[in-house]
Amino acid sequence: MMENLGLGIMMEVPTVIINVQRGGPSTGLPTLPAQADIMQARWGSHGDYELIAVAPSSPQESFDYMIMAFNLSEKYRVPTLVMMDECVGHMTEKIVIPEPEEIEITPRKLYDGPKDEYLPYRPDEDMVPWMVRAGDGYRFHTTGLTHDERGYPAMNAECQHELVTRLMDKIRTKADEIAVLEEDEVDGADVVVISYGISSRVAIPAVERARAEGVKVGSLRMVTVWPFPENRMRELAKEVGALVVVELNMGQMYYEVERVAAGNAKTILVPHAGGWVHDSEDIYQAIKGGAR
Amino acid sequence: MNELRISGFGGQGVIRCGYIIGKTAALYDHKHATLTQSFGPEARGSACSAQVLIDDKPIRYPYVSVPDTVVAMSQEAYDKFGGDITDGGTLLNDEDLVKPGDVTGGPKLYAVPATRLAEQIGNRIVANIVMLGFFTAVTGLISSEAAREALPSSVPERFVDLNIKAFERGYEYGLAATGKAPEGEKAAVDAE
Amino acid sequence: MTKEATLEPELSHPMEELLRMDRIPHIWCPTCGLGTVVTAFASAIQKLEIGLDDIAVVSGIGCTGRVAGYVKIDSFHTTHGRAIPFATGLHLANPKLKTVVISGDGDLISIGGNHFIHAARRNIDLTVICVNNFIYAMTGGQVAPTTPLTANASTMPYGNFEQPFSIPYLADSCGAVYVARWSALHVRRLVTAIAEAIAKPGFSVVEVISPCSTLYSRRNRLGTGLDLMRFYHDNCEIKHGADTRELEIKFQEKITVGKFIDRDRPTFVQSMNNWYGKVFGDEYEPYEGAVE
Repeated sequence: MMENLGLGIMMEVPTVIINVQRGGPSTGLPTLPAQADIMQARWGSHGDYELIAVAPSSPQESFDYMIMAFNLSEKYRVPTLVMMDECVGHMTEKIVIPEPEEIEITPRKLYDGPKDEYLPYRPDEDMVPWMVRAGDGYRFHTTGLTHDERGYPAMNAECQHELVTRLMDKIRTKADEIAVLEEDEVDGADVVVISYGISSRVAIPAVERARAEGVKVGSLRMVTVWPFPENRMRELAKEVGALVVVELNMGQMYYEVERVAAGNAKTILVPHAGGWVHDSEDIYQAIKGGAR
Repeated sequence: MNELRISGFGGQGVIRCGYIIGKTAALYDHKHATLTQSFGPEARGSACSAQVLIDDKPIRYPYVSVPDTVVAMSQEAYDKFGGDITDGGTLLNDEDLVKPGDVTGGPKLYAVPATRLAEQIGNRIVANIVMLGFFTAVTGLISSEAAREALPSSVPERFVDLNIKAFERGYEYGLAATGKAPEGEKAAVDAE
Repeated sequence: MTKEATLEPELSHPMEELLRMDRIPHIWCPTCGLGTVVTAFASAIQKLEIGLDDIAVVSGIGCTGRVAGYVKIDSFHTTHGRAIPFATGLHLANPKLKTVVISGDGDLISIGGNHFIHAARRNIDLTVICVNNFIYAMTGGQVAPTTPLTANASTMPYGNFEQPFSIPYLADSCGAVYVARWSALHVRRLVTAIAEAIAKPGFSVVEVISPCSTLYSRRNRLGTGLDLMRFYHDNCEIKHGADTRELEIKFQEKITVGKFIDRDRPTFVQSMNNWYGKVFGDEYEPYEGAVE
């Protein structure tokens, strides 16, 4: 999968890929949850790139975020990953499906200018090139090789620099715009619990228990997990005493949080090797440990 | 440090030529040498070059900055790299394949009909080794004794004799061209 | 100014309409068979009078993988072994588009082998032109799944001991509807075969035995490209309808060429429409593609 994820990034093909994460490595835990592919999603294909990933925590969100994922992949012409886990993947809950006309759909960025002026990889103002379809009469070429604006291979460091910079910047510089974060009682908090996917549900009872005991604890739930919301996390680290990261792995997103916290806040990982969700007690203890 | 660029078309053996120069320097002249190569995905016909660095101490930066010696085995290689040589550097070319134009910086020019000589010996695939011999004689950057030692293990076994012959032909031609051997040598070659 | 009014003679290549002239010269070695294959493919398009907007080429990786870069139609240079799945997607999105896969033996039959057999089994309406030079040429002459027994390869320096695939036998046994084999010497027959294969609904395969003088021939001391062409001339035996079990290629022995299979079988899309038509009756709207 990873090689062709790279192809999708290089060719700028709007794509949605669903990863229902199980415990690993290897065949690991086929019917049990984990969130240990989060870094693979970000770095699994070779080469430098940015992409988008979202993490639903319920059947309703699986529906809603799937649409979000399609829309983001169309807008930025980038593969977008839906990072589910086995628990959400096999979960049954009530969902509300809106009327089709209520669903917002980002249209494909289809080119309709003069045919002879079309260049398949000439970036538009938003750094995203216009698309055409096979059979539309443009007779274009595209390749997984480093290419110029015509889509023709260009094997040199200059073209590589220009292309890779654009592919990354079209996402990186829009990270704040892309980021969807659900923040709860973060203002004035002493501790903030950071989580995504199934872990964000599991963290809530522990947060509520600590609050009931008077701990000023907020929560930040990452709906979009990539690109990493650096600016918001950096700000947050300056405002609070501790950031507690809850994820079903042995520390992946945690290191991103630690990196941007840069010593401004204490960072605490609540790890879990997968196979089940966190014990609420472990999260509670981490919150207590982080509180001043 | 000596910085060399051996250039030509894919298939001419320019990388092999650079490889033997480096190997000679590193293993038989007991210096340090680094070879890097640049070529396209094509196996034949594309611009192709070997960069060889030779020094008495370990080499850090692996690429040529400005070469002091350039070998051009094709017009394209000459046009691309011929102007980029240190002042007083050396430019060697295959005189049947390269028409030198104005070269800035005034490098010393030495020409050898490497491909023609190789054909006379029996096979143009050894043009690179004729050039190696010529290079050895003209520049003295590797010793001829060391090159002779390096050669047998650097080419297919069944072509060792042919390659030694090619080396000697180029070497003699180089001695003649630089006046290190009797002038009659070059005249004799031209007459062939 | 119209063409008639121009006084100066116009120099142009007869295939110019079909080639990306701004990418010529191509990267292939002198005496390689790929130039012949591209010309034969272009001639087949001209012969069939297919609109140049109505046909697409998909290639994988390798020397033959580069074909997509030189034909002036919608053309896709994908990842190693994945030309057939990419083409399957392209075809299913727009079944009206003639989709042709042009790739090498290593790409299609080794890493892409599973895609090949399943596309044949499902009778996806694709034409596969498999250029067989008996070796991985671009990467330095490694043994391929088509290297004849005893032939030398860089990873079989003492000669190949692995039983190779016979491509027509493989294609036939997996259900391909059209199977032919020609060499790069049989130019007119190759044009006819490619045209027939493109016109044939379903999974059609044309194997082209092609000289690689740089690696295969040099490693095996078979002489120049011209010597290989002479070998084809003296050793190819035309046997239409030959039993595909008897098409094994032995090192420097006779090569049986011809049209071996031409059968009718519903394509993947036809099978789907037929079946769902039966299951759902008039409620089912036959699928004709996702592109208006």
